[in-house]
Amino acid sequence: MNSAVTVTDLHVERGGHVVLPSVSLRIEAGSVTGLLGPSGCGKTTLLRCLVGVQRVASGEVAVLGLPAGSAPLRSRVGYVTQAPSVYQDLSVEENLRYFAAVLGAPRGDVARVIELVGLAGRERDLVARLSGGQRARVSLAAALLGTPELLILDEPTVGLDPVLRRDLWDLFHRLADTGVTFVVSSHVMDEASRCDQLLLMREGRIIAADSPQALLTETGAADIESAFLTLVSAEQRTQA
Amino acid sequence: MSAARTIATARRVLAQLRHDPRTIALLLVVPCVLMTLLKYMFDDEPAVFDHTGAPLLGVFPLIVMFLITSVATLRERTSGTLERLLTMPLAKLDLLLGYALAFGLLALVQALVVFGLTLGPLGLTVAGPTWLLFLVALANGLLGTALGLFVSAFAATEFQAVQFLPAFILPQFLLCGLFASRDSMAPVLHWISDILPLSYAVEAMNRLTTETGVSSLIVRDLLILAGCAVLALALGAATLRRRSA
Repeated sequence: MNSAVTVTDLHVERGGHVVLPSVSLRIEAGSVTGLLGPSGCGKTTLLRCLVGVQRVASGEVAVLGLPAGSAPLRSRVGYVTQAPSVYQDLSVEENLRYFAAVLGAPRGDVARVIELVGLAGRERDLVARLSGGQRARVSLAAALLGTPELLILDEPTVGLDPVLRRDLWDLFHRLADTGVTFVVSSHVMDEASRCDQLLLMREGRIIAADSPQALLTETGAADIESAFLTLVSAEQRTQA
Repeated sequence: MSAARTIATARRVLAQLRHDPRTIALLLVVPCVLMTLLKYMFDDEPAVFDHTGAPLLGVFPLIVMFLITSVATLRERTSGTLERLLTMPLAKLDLLLGYALAFGLLALVQALVVFGLTLGPLGLTVAGPTWLLFLVALANGLLGTALGLFVSAFAATEFQAVQFLPAFILPQFLLCGLFASRDSMAPVLHWISDILPLSYAVEAMNRLTTETGVSSLIVRDLLILAGCAVLALALGAATLRRRSA
């Protein structure tokens, strides 16, 4: 198996607190991997490490065979932050045209990604006038520009209409079939079934890394939320 | 660094302004209103208007571009777009020069309108060549942009960013020689005013009101202004971090 991401003994502190004590993991190339865990467990910090924007205390993060955040990765890794990071005072099209220019993507790419995220017809609308979900999709569209090989998405489907959410997951899988690797975080456990692989996270540690089916079999739980609880209580028992 | 990315950034900054016509109107109309006010304040003393008006023409682009840039950059930081750009193949210099290009252009448009009014209908007389007046205004606009980019790194909110104007620019404004000649100040203040860029902006404008032609001293003033702008841009670049805590 080819890994897109390998993290070894990653230790991160933020504001004097240890956020990630010692994380090791690997993510298979061409997979859709879900990073699931409660709010505040360190998902965003871990994703920031993969992108290479987080200052780390120690440990290694290799992305597509290179150290995370190194210059050649800047056009190969797409990152969508939790809060949509697009210009509110520009139209959808103006935003994407600018990001396309920065990425060196062809001009026609703008129309392609607008279509992909279902915003056709809204090209000329100012982002400030869009709904929260639409803004999130503009932010996602910007990450799809060019030919990213790894997409790191921080809670991209929060607050979206279920139909749209399904469409986006379908899109992730379609792109993954072409070899793009997805790392998608969520605090909503029922998104687990849409992932090929899961990383369950709690209090800065990865408590399980497996496919959804294997996790259910291993814990004997009916759904991922129960599996999560089973894993946490098993862990607490061994600690006690 | 790439010219295409720099130009794309400048176009994006200008597109943001285009969606905000009220700001454009304010930054063109307000200096015109103030110059008109000044003209009729000294209705009986046109000479006073001549030698306070010209230095003010140099001060406007600096103050306006400082304010606009510090708020624009702060927005870029707080909205997450700066972080996004820094994960993309954009050199820090592309971003800084993009801003400088956009706001330098804006400073020129502002100068065109304000000088048009002041030298035309308001009848301000300047001995030096008009193109030099524009060059000084451009240098001041770029200096304001560069200072704004740098200072915005120290502001966490819009409130703080706006407070940097009185904190950063007003002392320079008091010491630049507009209110009292710098020679008559307490030695310490004179020495401080020697290292503040606005002093040279005003000095350059003062020379333009009295000297015809291009003296070496006005070239020196321009070089000092440009040097300060480059220094502030370099300091601004140092505040852009691809990795943060």
